[in-house]
Amino acid sequence: MQAVQIKNLSYSYSKKTPNEKLALDNIDLTIEEGSFVAIIGETGSGKSTLLQHLNGLIKPQDKKRSCVVINGMSATDKKSLRRLRFEVGMVFQYPEYQLFADTVEKDIAFGPKNMKLDPDEVSQRVKRAMSVVGLDYDEFAQRSPFDLSGGEKRRVAIAGVIAMQPKILVLDEPVAGLDPTGRSELLSLVKKLQKEISPTVILVSHNMDDVAALADRVIALKDGKIVADGTPKQVFSDRRLTKAIGLDVPTAARICDMLAERGVSLPRDIITMDELKSALLALLSKDAPLNADQPLPNIPIPNDGGAADV
Amino acid sequence: MFKDVTFGQYYPADSIVHKLDARVKLLLTLLYVVGIFFVKSYFGFMLTAVLLVAIVLVAKLPMASVLKSVRGILLLVLITALINLFMIKDGEVLVQWKIFVITKTGVHTTIKMVLRLVLLISGASLLALTTTPVELADGLESLMSPLALVKIPVRDIAMIMSIALRFIPTLFEETNKIVAAQKARGASFDSGSIFARVKALIPVLIPLFVNSFRRADELAFAMDARCYNATDKRTKMKKATFKFSDFVACLTVLSFFTLILLERYYFPKIGINIDYMIFGGLL
Repeated sequence: MQAVQIKNLSYSYSKKTPNEKLALDNIDLTIEEGSFVAIIGETGSGKSTLLQHLNGLIKPQDKKRSCVVINGMSATDKKSLRRLRFEVGMVFQYPEYQLFADTVEKDIAFGPKNMKLDPDEVSQRVKRAMSVVGLDYDEFAQRSPFDLSGGEKRRVAIAGVIAMQPKILVLDEPVAGLDPTGRSELLSLVKKLQKEISPTVILVSHNMDDVAALADRVIALKDGKIVADGTPKQVFSDRRLTKAIGLDVPTAARICDMLAERGVSLPRDIITMDELKSALLALLSKDAPLNADQPLPNIPIPNDGGAADV
Repeated sequence: MFKDVTFGQYYPADSIVHKLDARVKLLLTLLYVVGIFFVKSYFGFMLTAVLLVAIVLVAKLPMASVLKSVRGILLLVLITALINLFMIKDGEVLVQWKIFVITKTGVHTTIKMVLRLVLLISGASLLALTTTPVELADGLESLMSPLALVKIPVRDIAMIMSIALRFIPTLFEETNKIVAAQKARGASFDSGSIFARVKALIPVLIPLFVNSFRRADELAFAMDARCYNATDKRTKMKKATFKFSDFVACLTVLSFFTLILLERYYFPKIGINIDYMIFGGLL
């Protein structure tokens, strides 16, 4: 079944003024239920505009030509709008800045309460959401969300969205501003959420390593158009494409390229560190006698931005 | 619901009016506003309208942008007009129905009142349309600088003003983001009773305040880190200068002002009534 169906979607900001800006340019997109889709693209490429169409926060400007259908519900239909918003859980950038209640429990209960669920169901969902995001109910439920640490606040905010048990979970750069531990914890949380609560996940990320490791489909946006669409392997291993659209590639792929320049040839579809590790180990065991005979050549590491990141 | 709120109507265009010194524009706008209150004749209103249209053309603004600001006070204009029309009882009676009386003086006063309000707001909006908020704040600071002599902290006031102006768009953006996030959690702001609607704003206002205080803290740190107020006198990066075009602008508005005064106070003395010359018996 298709979770998202978008046809001919265009959108411009400040229409009919000198500041008019085309944010989406004739987007066609379908997303299957159960898939983990990563949307990548520079700032201003139209990602956020596209996301906000998914739950009707922005309505298609050209109602006749464009169509946005989510789980069989049209996003332009006013009657199903509320139901649509409960089916598409939207975690915005820096979601901790939207916390408002005096206790963690009340904040997480905001969504389920708006769904008009009965109080038992609400408190059950709050407990479940808190346990999924790894916040102990007894410890956190009665605390003020404003007294928590950054990472904890973000968990509360995400719990507030998943307490509605949405079928589609949309996350806009969920790890921005978190420390390395927080990042990896949150990313494994996202994987867990997909298994336990929201079968379809749409993730916006600027980190290609995360995208390569998590997504089973990558969609690249540029100037409001889809410029690449495929599995992470397809998209990232096509170096001509990534160069042409100015796309960053995962660290593992960059290391492969640098090794290739120095005569070490590895398969070009390596995109994660694990793949790189096993490919290198395989190569080393094959070349073992050679390496034993002569010392490793002294390879100068170029002092550019790319190498610094590695 | 918040997207209709526009602040800072600045309309970017490459024109002489845009490039005028903000102080000049502020003072001339003041003069224009004062001038309008001296206008009593239809000729005077025509003159004002001609000046206004001329400025709009020179500033390369679309007429619609000026009229948009008038839309905001439409209700006020309408109420004023109705009150004037029915409350003025002197003069020749035109229509009488039960207690409602419309007199000739009433009609004239109403038309003039509407013209005055519309021209006043459109004229004042020209300032906002052609000057960025930052230029305005700088201009005000410069104009108020003599007040520093009487120990009024003009520079701090100006800094507060520019910071406030600078953060209004940020706050709007932030409000929109929070509204979007709460809507995504099923909040609805446009249904239910007034009480329910006000209550629905709590999840928007609290994060907005919390974030504003956080931002104010950060800004204070950033300003401290750059030694704000460490020296007595701060210099300006962009210094406004009085140019030839500023001189022309002053001359234009001053002659308009003079003409208005002459037409009101001097022409009647020497027996010239331009309104009568144009409209004749119509009045």
